[in-house]
Amino acid sequence: MPDAMLEVPMLEVRGLNAWYGESHILHGVDFDVREGEVVTLLGRNGAGKTTTMKSIMGLVPRREGKIAFKGQETVNLRSDMIARAGIALCPEERGIFASLSVTENLMLPPVIAPGGLDVATIHALFPNLKERANSQGTKLSGGEQQMLAIARILRTGAKLLLLDEPTEGLAPVIVQQIGRTIREIKQRGYTVLLVEQNFRFAATVADRHYVMEHGRVVDMIPNSELSANMDKLHDYLGV
Amino acid sequence: MFMILGYPAPLMFGQLLLGLINGAFYALLSLGLAVIFGMLNIVNFAHGALFMLGAFVAWGLLNFLGVNYWFALLLAPLIVGVFGVLLEKTLIARLYKLDHLYGLLLTFGLALIIEGLARNEFGSSGVPYPIPSLLQGATNLGFMFMPIYRGWVVLASAIMCLITWLIIEKTSIGATLRAATENAPLVQAFGINVPRMITLTYAGGVALAAFAGVLAAPIYSVNPNMGANFIITVFAVVVIGGMGSILGSIVTGFGLGVIEGLTKVFYPQGSSVVIFVVMVIVLLVRPAGLFGKAA
Repeated sequence: MPDAMLEVPMLEVRGLNAWYGESHILHGVDFDVREGEVVTLLGRNGAGKTTTMKSIMGLVPRREGKIAFKGQETVNLRSDMIARAGIALCPEERGIFASLSVTENLMLPPVIAPGGLDVATIHALFPNLKERANSQGTKLSGGEQQMLAIARILRTGAKLLLLDEPTEGLAPVIVQQIGRTIREIKQRGYTVLLVEQNFRFAATVADRHYVMEHGRVVDMIPNSELSANMDKLHDYLGV
Repeated sequence: MFMILGYPAPLMFGQLLLGLINGAFYALLSLGLAVIFGMLNIVNFAHGALFMLGAFVAWGLLNFLGVNYWFALLLAPLIVGVFGVLLEKTLIARLYKLDHLYGLLLTFGLALIIEGLARNEFGSSGVPYPIPSLLQGATNLGFMFMPIYRGWVVLASAIMCLITWLIIEKTSIGATLRAATENAPLVQAFGINVPRMITLTYAGGVALAAFAGVLAAPIYSVNPNMGANFIITVFAVVVIGGMGSILGSIVTGFGLGVIEGLTKVFYPQGSSVVIFVVMVIVLLVRPAGLFGKAA
């Protein structure tokens, strides 16, 4: 892609390897995310999607290779420094804190750069979070917890958001709301790397899709060519 | 003479006050232990030694530098807190990835070393620390005479417990602390320097112990064993309140002090074991402690 050569990608991952103890999970992952894009990682369970997200965020015990954010190498940085550089994670298990109220959960991640959403905008996007501001974080419904997990990283000014399976286990109406949210934050200039099992949902929000298998990226499909590649994708995902 | 349940009232109130004073120390010490355990997952067996160190620092400040009680109340926790930073950075930080037992061994060893050094330097009998002139004498409460300093200890401890509770439960620093207690890697991935926070938490916990040490200095003679005398009871208090529970350690600390005091009136022979009897009963009924969350 000649146009990608001209600019430094927002996130450039090359030859990424990651381990949990003795088990070698990622075997040389390569992909790029350009500024303003929504890019998904698709793949079966155990393909290494979540480990890729955690490696970018500095949350795996051992990783090697290149993870450049805006041209800056981050593979040797501690996770708090990676966050300070401008990357934020919405983890698969959502990570809502039981000992914190909804508002405390929302306000927990420190603002690392100007340009994040203010609380009023967040409450307009997610009215439920305003209504239940004083509830215990984990007393929210699954959908509300997911909203909270996304909302709290929109506040920080981080411009690259890693969303790990935000639709997992949620009712269709909530999934649609999350889809609207992702399109909205894309319009506001955020860049999103999204892990998804559900490629029908992914197709409604993403620009490009990377397919992972056995700890590697094996294919890249632009969203516009998704329908032409349906058979291939069914093979990859085993659906 | 005015009687309550067949016992003379002054005896009753006297023991109640003694119980409250002991409770004030139990609360401050177990509060520090709870904060440290919650964040570091380490049972700080050096806590009693650092309590004792706080008292000796106050004594040293007074006798070598002429620093009075009120400034010592501020300075001794600060100095012991800095010592805590050194301990955490150089020794304790190496243990987080290991089994609990290593933390126990290390901090227990530290306690023995600190207490041994103090005994070498000052002997076992200890050194006196005068009650500050502002708090000397006693006041007539109508139903009993109360030494003013003892009333001050209860008040100061209650205020310090309240401040600590407010910081942890009502401020954003406290929210970060609670979150890191639940899931430290995620809090760090939000951009918070968790290792530094752990160091400062340890320093804060031991500073509370040193604060209690300064409060204790004019009541007990400042001696190398003063921490060891308290610490076993304090661990029972922590277990009864629920490991790591802030509110639990405060309420249980004061409550058990009072129970212990009243036992001295009703059944003096049982006063030294009553806390442990309560511990056994609580552990049978609620293994996580009165305020603890079941794991």
